[in-house]
Amino acid sequence: MTDPIQFVIREARLLDEKRFDEWYELFAEDGHYWVPASPDQPDPLNHNSLAYEDKLLLKLRIERLKQPTAYSQKPASRCHHLLQTPEIEKAAKGEFLVRTSFIYTETRGDDSQRYAAVAWHTLVGDPLRIRLKRVDLLNCDAALPSIQLFL
Amino acid sequence: MGYREDAGALKRLVQADRVHRDVYTDDEVFQLEMERLWSRTWIYAGHASQIPHPGDFLTLDIAAQPVIAVRHTDNSIRVLLNRCAHKGTKVVYAPSGNAGKTFRCPYHAWTYRTDGSLLQIPLKEGYGPGVEHSGLVSLKTEAYRGFIFVRIAKDGIGFRDYFGDSLSSIDNLADRSPEGELEIAGGVLRYLHNCNWKMFVENLNDTMHPMIAHASSAGTAKKLWADKPADMPKPMSIEQIAPFASDYKFFDDMGVKVYPHGHGFSGVNFSIHSAYSSVPEYEAAMKKAYGEERAKQILGTVRHNTVYYPSLTIKGAIQSIRIARPLAADKTLIESYTFRLKGAPDVLLQRTITYNRLINSPMSVVGHDDLHCYRSIQEGLAAQANDWVDLQRNFDVSETGKEVTANGTSEISMRNQFRAWAEFMAP
Repeated sequence: MTDPIQFVIREARLLDEKRFDEWYELFAEDGHYWVPASPDQPDPLNHNSLAYEDKLLLKLRIERLKQPTAYSQKPASRCHHLLQTPEIEKAAKGEFLVRTSFIYTETRGDDSQRYAAVAWHTLVGDPLRIRLKRVDLLNCDAALPSIQLFL
Repeated sequence: MGYREDAGALKRLVQADRVHRDVYTDDEVFQLEMERLWSRTWIYAGHASQIPHPGDFLTLDIAAQPVIAVRHTDNSIRVLLNRCAHKGTKVVYAPSGNAGKTFRCPYHAWTYRTDGSLLQIPLKEGYGPGVEHSGLVSLKTEAYRGFIFVRIAKDGIGFRDYFGDSLSSIDNLADRSPEGELEIAGGVLRYLHNCNWKMFVENLNDTMHPMIAHASSAGTAKKLWADKPADMPKPMSIEQIAPFASDYKFFDDMGVKVYPHGHGFSGVNFSIHSAYSSVPEYEAAMKKAYGEERAKQILGTVRHNTVYYPSLTIKGAIQSIRIARPLAADKTLIESYTFRLKGAPDVLLQRTITYNRLINSPMSVVGHDDLHCYRSIQEGLAAQANDWVDLQRNFDVSETGKEVTANGTSEISMRNQFRAWAEFMAP
């Protein structure tokens, strides 16, 4: 896929359909998934984040979800991303920065959580791959319950 | 008759090797815990490095009461009740900041110095005599190597008597800085737990659960890495998660030690933090600061979790701390902070931050299964046919009232916590 906007829309759909192995393949080899723990957090290495995962840790998260011993997934969680139209914030030399405002819902049994967030995709290559997906949760510094799937 | 009026009934909830389910589920017991256990003991309020300059403050709740920890103009640390002497307004509302020299109530401008004493009241003459003695109530406070503890009750057990030699774990954490000083760095992770606070605190030295509850995360991490070539450098994340899947013998051989008043740690001999890659630049700085032998001793102490009952748990070997903040019988906030070791290279901070994120975040695959189990206990304890929660593993009648070292999978740390619980709840 070469259209950054269609790419972001498809990425969310793969998550909502729990096609995590296909989702994993959307990341570049040096790709990262980052959810900062405070607004305007400059850096994932020297500051605590809710998540900062390379492909190895993403693989761990995906493989764990398949384990019969993933007790917190009985019953399994479901998620839904309601996206606003993605906007291309920057485009230069085959690299795109795409901003997408979205509402995220995660449910498990009778529990339901809902979050407002903005996703920033740094996309590279042809076909496009994710170098960085950063998700800025509106209430990232609040006391949060378990968030078990991918924002 | 409720537990408040019936000290005998409260006492009977804790037996030598089991506790009644009401200690986790009953709302009145929770209320009494706040008024007694959490008010009569020494509770962690924050770290001195969070309020380095005069006027710096942070606000929090201790024993369900609003407090301010503040650096006074004379550089001492004060902890005050955050309640205006007039109508009860919180005089400061932000989680942290700098107050300058005074706290000024936003409602009627009653103004206090940072030691809590009253500075001024508008149109003071209209109030009765003695109003000038109003102030923000100042709590008994101790700062030990930067760790600020408070006791809400005016009278009671002293700081040293309460913690005794368990303070050696805080010493080891601070000594790991070549300068002997710690600094909170990198923000905080705040994880809301829908369970009783004691389930979290007990779990920290429950060494019979990791290989079961964390099979899906740590076990999978181990398997993912098993396919990699032997000479591939192991990333920090795998080095940190995989040891959670160690076997029973590993955790049993770790050992556990308890102290009077509920404190204790596992990892007497070694721990899941023992096999981390060395950081030569850091080790050289430690040797230079302390000498070879002392540096070896400090870095060779790799305790797992030390519980400063009931509020604070620390991991010296990885420089992270977790604070239990009870909100209700079935609701607890866990806040996890990380330290920079002053004088140590940045990679040490990055290591503690990696660990904290992997283990203590609301998005942690390790935390998800822990919390699932706690919540499941909270719901399971509604069953009425069995009132008792079992703590009997390796129980020994002679284990009370002293320091004891035992095998790592003993449930002695939980029994020791409940002995302290009974001591302060129903003296």
